[in-house]
Amino acid sequence: MSLTATATVVSDDTVERRGPWSKLLTAGQSLTIVDLHGNQAVDFLVYDAHDTAIRYSAQQTMARQGNIFLTTGSTLLANTGDALMTIVEDEVGRHDTIGGACSKESNSLRYGAHTVHEHACVENFLAEGARWGLGKRDLVSNVNFYMNVPVEPDGVLGIVDGISAPGLSLTLRADRDVIVLVSNCPQINNPCNGFDPTPVRMVVTA
Amino acid sequence: MSESATNDPNGARAHARAQGGVSIETMPVFPPSAADHWPEGVEPESAVWAETVGAGNYTALAVAAGTVIELTDLEGDACAHLALFNSLQTDERLNVADTVKVQWQAYLAAGHLLLSDRGRVLATILADTSEHHDTFAGTSTRRVNEARYGSGSAHGGSPAGLELLTLAAAKFGLEPRDLPPTVTLFQGVFVEPTGALTFTGSAGAGATVRLRAELPLIVLLANVPHPLDPRPEYTSSPLRIRAWAGSPATGADSDTPEAARAYANTIAYSNLRGI
Repeated sequence: MSLTATATVVSDDTVERRGPWSKLLTAGQSLTIVDLHGNQAVDFLVYDAHDTAIRYSAQQTMARQGNIFLTTGSTLLANTGDALMTIVEDEVGRHDTIGGACSKESNSLRYGAHTVHEHACVENFLAEGARWGLGKRDLVSNVNFYMNVPVEPDGVLGIVDGISAPGLSLTLRADRDVIVLVSNCPQINNPCNGFDPTPVRMVVTA
Repeated sequence: MSESATNDPNGARAHARAQGGVSIETMPVFPPSAADHWPEGVEPESAVWAETVGAGNYTALAVAAGTVIELTDLEGDACAHLALFNSLQTDERLNVADTVKVQWQAYLAAGHLLLSDRGRVLATILADTSEHHDTFAGTSTRRVNEARYGSGSAHGGSPAGLELLTLAAAKFGLEPRDLPPTVTLFQGVFVEPTGALTFTGSAGAGATVRLRAELPLIVLLANVPHPLDPRPEYTSSPLRIRAWAGSPATGADSDTPEAARAYANTIAYSNLRGI
């Protein structure tokens, strides 16, 4: 992680394994996400702080950049096409925005009904979102930082072993006042967290 | 239309009534059984909806579980942007991410399920002669259409998908925050190894997709150009809809464990809820 010498640290939080996090960032502030232990999926949603009906759109973001992968220079667009945040630094190289969040319900399809009572990202989003007045209707396809989801030529896709490593980071700039909603993914049935969810670090700078 | 003065109510009424009975291509037909182009084997009494959605237009339908909906790209430039909801609880809606992730497949085709965010099947793709679809790029916005075509509003000449879906949603009391990522039928994209999206266009005139509602659904459909369509002109053509009554899946014909579990979830929910 490279914080510029002139940056003022607004907050510096460690998100516990399997837990949620959220923050209101004002325009121009930056968020650095550190994959402390490597290969830890960070499920990420972002909303206009003044009108949460304006929210991240994976589809607008992919259509605008003509590519499914997120990296340095990718602007996270809202459903309206407005810019919410831009990735200004990325030490990993690519991040996912097609795989969505794990949920008790999708786990039941992917792995079986025995996983229904395991904790999941959607539960984190609902719990943390409720603090901001956000509910189920506000959850849409999200970003998965540090998650690797290739699409084969025949259309077969899936979450495979990650390409991150301990200590790698990325930095996003807020292009307007935004609410960031995060789930530090608790999934243990696929390789997105190396089958061992670990803490991540969130540093907000101004 | 007969000539009549409209400077008094009697004349205005005669003028209005003289307009009845007009038939154009892009309209709903009542009763639906009176429409043409019903697929072979569909009995007239099971016909529940017939409509052709024009270029740059939309429709909003509430359908019973088991309803089969056949969409036809009449001229090769239709593009159906779909949002689906469980009509009994509209916060359960199409989840594109789960649809591709759970089924391990980006490219929709016959046999694929359109999944909700609750691990249930909203609709099954029963048949598909197009196989040119898209789960990545979503629909168009007013902002982009204004830049590309000069207009993106519903009242202009090149409506954006999101503008039309906003109106369609409102017909069921739904708001912009209710609109999830959409699936796009009849215009496709391909994902290159680099992750780049390549527009693959349509399968040509006459392609059909047949869907079956596995729950009572709200179906919002906007027929507007694909956002990655490179043509400088706003290019869109009519989409025909024919819907008839049927029965939802029993789950017996699932060919993957994920589909079997999705149908089982859906059937159990329906039984518990008394659908």
